[in-house]
Amino acid sequence: MRTILALLLFAAVPALAQESQLRLRDGPGRQLVEANCVMCHSLDYIPMNSPFLDRKGWEASVNKMIKVMGAPIAEADAQKIADYLAGQYGK
Amino acid sequence: MQTRRDFLKVSAGGLLLAGGIRGADPASAADSLGPAALPSGTLQSAQLASLPGKLPLIKKSFRPPNFETPVHFFNEAFTPNDAFFVRYHLADIPQVGVQNWKLAVAGDALDKPVEITYEELSRDFEQVEVAAVCMCSGNRRGLSQPHVPGVQWGHGAIGNARWRGARLRDVLAKAGVRKDAVEIVFDGADRGVLDKTPDFVKSIPAWKAMDENTLVALAMNGEKLPHWNGFPARIVVPGWTATYWVKHLTSIGATAKPYQGFWMNPAYRIPKGKFPIVDRFVSQETEANMPITEMVVNSLVTNVEEGQKFAFGQEITLAGVAWDGGFGIATVEVSEDGGRNWRSAQLGSDLGRFSWRQWSHRFTPARAGSHTLTAKATNRAGATQTFDLIFNPAGYHNNVVQRINIEVA
Repeated sequence: MRTILALLLFAAVPALAQESQLRLRDGPGRQLVEANCVMCHSLDYIPMNSPFLDRKGWEASVNKMIKVMGAPIAEADAQKIADYLAGQYGK
Repeated sequence: MQTRRDFLKVSAGGLLLAGGIRGADPASAADSLGPAALPSGTLQSAQLASLPGKLPLIKKSFRPPNFETPVHFFNEAFTPNDAFFVRYHLADIPQVGVQNWKLAVAGDALDKPVEITYEELSRDFEQVEVAAVCMCSGNRRGLSQPHVPGVQWGHGAIGNARWRGARLRDVLAKAGVRKDAVEIVFDGADRGVLDKTPDFVKSIPAWKAMDENTLVALAMNGEKLPHWNGFPARIVVPGWTATYWVKHLTSIGATAKPYQGFWMNPAYRIPKGKFPIVDRFVSQETEANMPITEMVVNSLVTNVEEGQKFAFGQEITLAGVAWDGGFGIATVEVSEDGGRNWRSAQLGSDLGRFSWRQWSHRFTPARAGSHTLTAKATNRAGATQTFDLIFNPAGYHNNVVQRINIEVA
């Protein structure tokens, strides 16, 4: 019974395809954020971690993605990304 | 007691769902996505969604998939496989087939490197079963004050299951593990999208690897592991947090030197001296911190929710689960008045010292009005839960006693 329900539900709401419905708040830098962050993870990581990080906190997260996780993001773009995150999803 | 969670619900899509997935009522849908103390953005971005083969769970992130189990599923002693939480760090997660799957056992601290097929692992090694809680280190991170970054888990990055498979020590013996092995290292098939992303590789001390309860598990609750919980094989380290329970296992290494990698250090660290931890992972300790090891004693109310209303004169059953890092639960005490007076709850069956223990307490409030219910577990080593959060930067080991306010009218 459970399996059938799960299959039906999957047909109705395929979770992994639902990622494409995620939208970030509009603001300067949004496209840069979307273009870079989605390489490795869905955009829901951003609202999930809000609104409790300040500019410094978001900058630390962006730096971790670059320095630890290896995200190929230029320094100038990293600043713009941190600005967007602090502005739209900061405390 | 019958709560509204016990009734069959019809979802927005018209499907009949057992077990209380809420559809129509926005207020109840919102509180089912986690406690109000979670960050507001966490609650707003959460939704119920189904991964293939899973029931609707609380979606924290789609990719990598992080889904937590709604609390009402914990009213069962064992958490159903299709409701079990899902946690990944890295988004490249292959579907692993058993035909070509081989487990490589190698390293500088063993004599006979071997490759073991799925059939050999299930046929040539004694299969044993252990009931154990699998809990993400960051369970309840979202309740940290101040909030700390990471997956903002509520109460549901946890589950209890019967894990079955070969003993890790038997697998290591087959490969001629030597006494100079200090750590046993695990790698799984999941990895980062970028080559530069550190692969999720974890190690445990040799003494824990040689414990008879530590498994290379092939099955969970009598069925093959679900894909999202590590098919075809995962490490099971009873008592310890799930960071060590590597999924989609591909290799086991025995090493005479501490394994160095991002996911061992600086990730998954707790400050030294702040928690009543017994199990030590000495080869990985530094001056300031140590790897997380066993779970601290904890409990969860599973059948009554914040703000729930009861009729005056009605008997209330408060029920839940309690667990620890492997000593076993000795007592659960319940308070009906916010912690002034405590009574012993009735404990359910002992399913083993690594399993959680169900408990319940029946009472009839003597007066109408607001009541604050709390529950507090103590383990057989005498450790108990805290009333104030022990803050740490990663939000681990949150075993603050819950306070649930109910209305009696």
